[in-house]
Amino acid sequence: MIELKREELLISQLADLLVNDKHIAVGAASPIPGAAALLAKEEAKLQNNRIRVTILHSNKYNNFTDGARELFDCAAQGRIDTFFLGGVQIDGEANINLVGTGSYTKIQKRFPGSFGSALMYFVVPQIILFREEHSPRTLVDKVDFISAPGFSDENIYRPGGPKFLLTNRALFKFNKQKKRFCLLKIHNNESLENIIKLTGFKFDVDDKITNMSIPNKTRIDILRNKISYMVSEFYPEFADKIWGV
Amino acid sequence: MKQFDELSLLEIVDEVKDGDLIGIPADYSGVPMMFTKELIKKGVKDLKLYCLPLTTIQGDMLIGSGCVSEIEAAAVTLGEFGLAPRFSEAVEAGHILIKDSTCPALHAQLQATEKSVPFMPLRGVIGSDIQKYRKDWQVIENPMKCSGHKNEQILLLPAVQLDVLIFHAPCVDKNGNIQIGRRRELATLTHASKKVFVTTEQILDIDFFDNELSAATCLPALYVDGISVVENGAWPCALPGVYGQDNDEIKKYSIAAKTQKGFEEYMQNYLFN
Repeated sequence: MIELKREELLISQLADLLVNDKHIAVGAASPIPGAAALLAKEEAKLQNNRIRVTILHSNKYNNFTDGARELFDCAAQGRIDTFFLGGVQIDGEANINLVGTGSYTKIQKRFPGSFGSALMYFVVPQIILFREEHSPRTLVDKVDFISAPGFSDENIYRPGGPKFLLTNRALFKFNKQKKRFCLLKIHNNESLENIIKLTGFKFDVDDKITNMSIPNKTRIDILRNKISYMVSEFYPEFADKIWGV
Repeated sequence: MKQFDELSLLEIVDEVKDGDLIGIPADYSGVPMMFTKELIKKGVKDLKLYCLPLTTIQGDMLIGSGCVSEIEAAAVTLGEFGLAPRFSEAVEAGHILIKDSTCPALHAQLQATEKSVPFMPLRGVIGSDIQKYRKDWQVIENPMKCSGHKNEQILLLPAVQLDVLIFHAPCVDKNGNIQIGRRRELATLTHASKKVFVTTEQILDIDFFDNELSAATCLPALYVDGISVVENGAWPCALPGVYGQDNDEIKKYSIAAKTQKGFEEYMQNYLFN
């Protein structure tokens, strides 16, 4: 059996969620989603399918020529199927916080800021929330600051929103009607009890809950022999750390 | 007569006044680091940074050096090298005012000025705490009968005009036209700024308008108030298509700047050696 890095499992799990996309975009500070999108694209090629991938922080894997606003215009036009967002905190109603902890006017720990989340979350049909750390301090009952809300009132234009949440321990699906996450898959070395203990919000559990799938050899080969070098163009530190390229 | 004003770097620095609203390009757009160094040495005060839409080491250094009173941005970060430490500490201590925004709003406010209209609508954002704390933003019901959705709530953003903008570009032609490639957000920033100065790696003895490809990727000289040749002017940030980011240096900064003392030692060396 091939020894896999945790990051490779997450890349593989994310790539499984991208197979039906036509255009995937990847924003700031996202080496794992970036690798997953490129992996999905390479695998689609082998199936004679076409997925377009736009990696914002890359010069090579970036389809845009009209400046940094084009991502947001393109997304608002409905031309992006999947985008990834993270969060310092994510709560049980899928509100995300990228700004900081404590009250906003007297912030305890300040983080970078909301980036484009306050538009992208509204207009991209499949938003995948990705936060590696799975703990009561990241997955909270209520976020301290809403960078972008998990759902909106009827009179707000909102074709997009959260579909999945992936951490280094589990994969959840978001139920828009119930405004609640449902646990779909857990990491092989994980127990449901531990997930419940480490999650700061209440969630449902799918009847058919499974372990996360292990990538097959073909996928691992593509990832290590091809995607790794592509990633090194835009996330050199990450590519060096994971694959030594 | 020469078709543009060639200035020294210090002449450009002198164009930035205390209290100015200054345009800050993102790390992928050509960050004028050599200029920033001289600006910090001059000891400029109370700058208001308008980031399109984010800043990295440039904003963090200006904040750590006490040059900034206010910043409007969608993010301040050192990217792969973690949080921007001087920024985070200044916000936590309440030393600077942060006007939290989101990328498309920062673009739209400048686009309003490009078109010389008083405001620009934007979808999304409503219901976030970003909107809650931005008293300069307004929500209205879509007044249009023939476009958008009936009863739709929509956000209005004020037009923002910058006092001054400085960015770094790969090259300039003999008539002062600036090569910006696909970094069109530099054109947005430029159109929305009262004064624009450019530092560049080199001035070429050609005319970009002789060729369709180079004409399409240049910013016309008519918007630019002065140009200065500064080799390696974006270091340690990247200059797209010319050189990459100096990861070792940014990493070194990210470690040193974790404390104000470490930052000051780093800056002593960075500014004067």
